[in-house]
Amino acid sequence: MSPRRFNPDRDVSEWKGAYVPYDIIKEAVVALVAVAVLIVLLAVVLGSPDDPAVTLKRWSIADPVDFAQTAITELDGTSGTATYGPPYNATPDAAQHMGFFEPAQWFGVHQPVDTAKDFVIGPLRTLPDQFQVQRALNAYQGASPSQQAAWTAAYEKAVSRATEVNGRVVVPAGSYGPVGVIIGSLTAMSQTGGLDGTLLSEGQFYNTNYTKPLLFIADGSFLANIAQAQHLQGNQWGMMNETGNFPGQAWLWLYTMWYQVAPMNSSSNADLEVWVIMMVLTLGLIFLPFIPILRSIPRWTRVYRLIWRRHYHALAQAAPSAS
Amino acid sequence: MTVDTAPTVDASSDGEARQWTARVRHAAESAFPPERLLPDRQPAYMASWIYIFGVLTVTSLAWVIITGCVLALMGPSWWHVSSTGHFFNSLHLWSVEALFFFMVIHLWGKFFMAAWRGKRRLTWITGVVSFVVSIGAAFTGYLSQQNFDSQWISTQAKDGINATGAGAVWNVLNFGQMLMWHIVLLPIGVVLIAGLHVLMVRRRGIVPPFADARHPAPDSTPADGEPGGAP
Amino acid sequence: MLLGALIGALINLNGSGTYIHWGFIQLSVANFVVIILMIVVFVLAILLPFPRRRSRRQ
Repeated sequence: MSPRRFNPDRDVSEWKGAYVPYDIIKEAVVALVAVAVLIVLLAVVLGSPDDPAVTLKRWSIADPVDFAQTAITELDGTSGTATYGPPYNATPDAAQHMGFFEPAQWFGVHQPVDTAKDFVIGPLRTLPDQFQVQRALNAYQGASPSQQAAWTAAYEKAVSRATEVNGRVVVPAGSYGPVGVIIGSLTAMSQTGGLDGTLLSEGQFYNTNYTKPLLFIADGSFLANIAQAQHLQGNQWGMMNETGNFPGQAWLWLYTMWYQVAPMNSSSNADLEVWVIMMVLTLGLIFLPFIPILRSIPRWTRVYRLIWRRHYHALAQAAPSAS
Repeated sequence: MTVDTAPTVDASSDGEARQWTARVRHAAESAFPPERLLPDRQPAYMASWIYIFGVLTVTSLAWVIITGCVLALMGPSWWHVSSTGHFFNSLHLWSVEALFFFMVIHLWGKFFMAAWRGKRRLTWITGVVSFVVSIGAAFTGYLSQQNFDSQWISTQAKDGINATGAGAVWNVLNFGQMLMWHIVLLPIGVVLIAGLHVLMVRRRGIVPPFADARHPAPDSTPADGEPGGAP
Repeated sequence: MLLGALIGALINLNGSGTYIHWGFIQLSVANFVVIILMIVVFVLAILLPFPRRRSRRQ
């Protein structure tokens, strides 16, 4: 069998030349101390950010109109979460896809969220001594689906013109049935802090899963407005950024860049498309040694002549003269 | 009192060759003799400051883990209520920034040296995989902060991860799950892969320079497949 | 009080960030500084002379 041809971008002659003393342990210790000094200096001078979390309480007090506008969409199933599709619910045609490739649909619903039950009716049912609320819930749940839809549609239209008076949401008069009491009570419950606790605990004492309160908060505008002010939105290259003037995640520059360019910047399947692109590029970087042309770039660009200039100079000096 | 005078097993017996322990030990000894594992010399061509970025990356990782352990001592909420805790959070953040700073420069240097040459492809692969896994570890760290930043990052990132289907089981909104990935699974992954990377560096050595056609290197042994070399 | 100041931060990076807009690129000044610093450190690492060591044959 003939030997494989030598390829300078894949193969190398192993070194038989001179060696110099090298103390690997001393190098590691010096580096450990140097990095320690660096991070202590940075921590003392610059610190780290800690912007406080948004709670449903904080949101509903700061902007009760936005809270009510979000709450009605949770009740009538038109919110971002309610129409999200897998893994939260089985909304048809909601999962992102590229042709036949629809992995979210294939994996299915494994973090089930029913926004009407989990975000509105369930929490209000934990207030059995509030008779007006319980009567409103009974009336709503006892009505036909078409009646419920008529009430919620009317309320959703009216709440777009709602105003805030002394922390309460004031909606123009209309035929909303029990929906006005339901949304008003939910807003009041949230303003006391009761909704944060109820959404998190779900009847359990210990819980570390914040899926439901986070989805509810993210459906509104309050969290997004804070993010917009901090340049953290997707169309602001926000994936790279940190709050305030702190450096963020510069290494995510390429990931967020794809969201800014066509066709991803206007695609409803942008997340899947960008992920596929980044997987291909990441695999390309991992398997670079096997990829012709790309693996020749170091030899073509000749940056190595600078790195190893002393070695090449020594070789030139040691070479016998031409004559 | 009696002394056990039973004869010891002859170390060169044929039976030992079938022993898993002996075979693993022999393989490790031949792959990593002590002078290769802890060398006291290096090739003369290593005369550039670019070579320090590997050890700077590893030591930054050490400080990420050490500061992370201090934060773990007092729990995930400590740094919000204690100025000492906040200081250790700052140390942890800046050691992560240092880790990526040095790692990327190390990557640039190794790229321009085409450091995968000469059977060093696994060294390159483990290096890039460490980079990718480190990004995952950093991401779960951001999710574990329990503040506005983690709320925003989780509610945004969920869309990307849900689109791949992974969101069905890997729920970025589940603080408990993300914290355990961050402090248990991903550090183990990063340390194992980075450790393998460092062992590969010790096994194969630092890649020699590209050959200079005008001035060949001293007594260079042709690699497999090189004209005139061994088949 | 000194310890409190030391384990706080001497420079306050909180508040609204400063951003550079260049065509479709938006970059925070902080990230821009980090990226430029990386490039500068990389170039210096390659160009700065390395101390000579006494060599010995293998």
